[in-house]
Amino acid sequence: MGPLAQPTPTAGSTAIDRTAAPDTDRAPSASLEMTGITVAFGGVIALSEVSLVVEPGQVHGLIGPNGAGKTTLFNVACGIVRPTAGEMTWRGQPLRRLKPHQLAGLGISRTLQGVGLFPGMTVLENVMIGAHRHARAGFGSALFALPRSDRDERELRARALAALSDLGAQQHAGRYPGGLPYPVQKRVALARALVSAPDLLLLDEPASGLAEDEMHELGELIRTLSGRMSVLLVEHHMDLVMRVCDRITVLDSGRQIAAGTPAEVQADPAVTEAYLGDEVTAEEDAAGTTRTDGGRHHG
Amino acid sequence: MQYFVNVTLTGLTEGMVYSAFALALVLIWRSTRIVNFAQGSMAAATTFIALALIQAGQSYWVALVVALLSGLVLGAIVERVVIRPVEGGPELNAVIVTLGLFVAIQAAIAIVFGSAFQSFPTPFGLEGFQVGDNRIALTPNSVWVIAAVLVTMALLVVLFRFTRIGLAMRASAFGQEVARLLGVRVGRMLTLGWALAAVVGSLAGLLIAGGEFVYPAYMDSLIVFGFVAAVLGGLDSPIGAIVGGLILGLALSYVSGYVERGSALVNVAALVILMIVLLVRPGGLFASSTARRA
Repeated sequence: MGPLAQPTPTAGSTAIDRTAAPDTDRAPSASLEMTGITVAFGGVIALSEVSLVVEPGQVHGLIGPNGAGKTTLFNVACGIVRPTAGEMTWRGQPLRRLKPHQLAGLGISRTLQGVGLFPGMTVLENVMIGAHRHARAGFGSALFALPRSDRDERELRARALAALSDLGAQQHAGRYPGGLPYPVQKRVALARALVSAPDLLLLDEPASGLAEDEMHELGELIRTLSGRMSVLLVEHHMDLVMRVCDRITVLDSGRQIAAGTPAEVQADPAVTEAYLGDEVTAEEDAAGTTRTDGGRHHG
Repeated sequence: MQYFVNVTLTGLTEGMVYSAFALALVLIWRSTRIVNFAQGSMAAATTFIALALIQAGQSYWVALVVALLSGLVLGAIVERVVIRPVEGGPELNAVIVTLGLFVAIQAAIAIVFGSAFQSFPTPFGLEGFQVGDNRIALTPNSVWVIAAVLVTMALLVVLFRFTRIGLAMRASAFGQEVARLLGVRVGRMLTLGWALAAVVGSLAGLLIAGGEFVYPAYMDSLIVFGFVAAVLGGLDSPIGAIVGGLILGLALSYVSGYVERGSALVNVAALVILMIVLLVRPGGLFASSTARRA
């Protein structure tokens, strides 16, 4: 148990609760609403009037063929891309002129495609950066290493270690990410996103590069997380998306073509046409089988 | 034997200053991928501020503190005003900007302080310690130089390894976009990095000036030596910069002590070392990766 260990508030809580702030038993209450988001790069429309709501405690899936605009929408939610039109609210407050560095302070964490770990910093230091916003000492006292910042530093370290051990990666704390297997790096990146106890977690293709059983574990983990935070998930692995998501929004060529529960989305002919057909074709390509137009009638 | 010891001691003392200056270059290279050719002029400017204070009757120590603080401010201002617009752009732009700054600051020094040679005092004596019957080339002033550089390096290690700000600065250096997403104020970290580098550079300038004559261009050779030391160490590695500085200091001291008319060859020797390193190990002596950008 790390020094930050909290008495678990309810019988059903898992060990993961330990990374959360002291008020662990509050229900997730924040929702992200994106309304009529349009993004144009020059003359190219990347997103056209896309709307979605990530309800508190929900896992919201965002799917669509390559180039559908999923990543662009993610970047809008992160303040990396500013929408040409449309509105975004978070916890009922409008988010205008959002900048990436404000995310952490708003209680939003994002993981990246790939892992995005800092190569020259240890695993523990990588995770400590994720908890950055929890440190309270000001710029000056941290710069001159005053006692307050020293205490902060120890808290940060303990918090990061707890987050690592929740994801079963604590034994790698002192190593550099470059030397670790890819799935372990993914766990570390996830620990870095979770260490700040966010209210909304943006997961960008968390299952890429994972083996079947690791993906299953990830699915379980995401379901557990939804007890404490909302999750917006971009993912290509359909079985994972269908298993863990409460609602799904489907994009194709920058337009929203369907939204609903996994069952509704699976039954939607537009989705079958635009997405699943392509998916099957892609899988056939990957398997090395001959591509046929017949692939389109799958699903 | 005694001669060898003396040449070595001189080399180590000089090498310490090269290390400090190389470290300043490496700090900036790591965080912004820019080689700051203006580092020497910036250090010269703060040295002249110190000299003006000393000539006005202030103590060396007051002048030192004021000079280092003005280095901090100067570094921050330069990053904010001049470097920020070219950060992340084509590398050549940043090179030209720092070269322009190098010339501009030097000219400004000449305008404000004049271009005459002026002697710069030392806080401690320049007479070597007595060991047995011999005086060795280690002077109280060189002890001060070595101690000042070592303390500065120790402080930097503490800052980068053990403080939250240091952690954030390293994160900004390794991946700006990711650091930003994690809530790090990357812009502030870059400004702080330039400011700290300017302080270290200023310290090197003040130390090398001690007991010598200063004039607006007196740092020109030091920027060459500092750059060679930084490249020796691989430009990306602070430890490499320190070791590179010491190696260079020793090498140049041996050239000047053992080669006939060697003191005239010191600058040439530094450039020859630079060429050899770039030809044989372009990544530096401590390179872990195969190739370096730029």
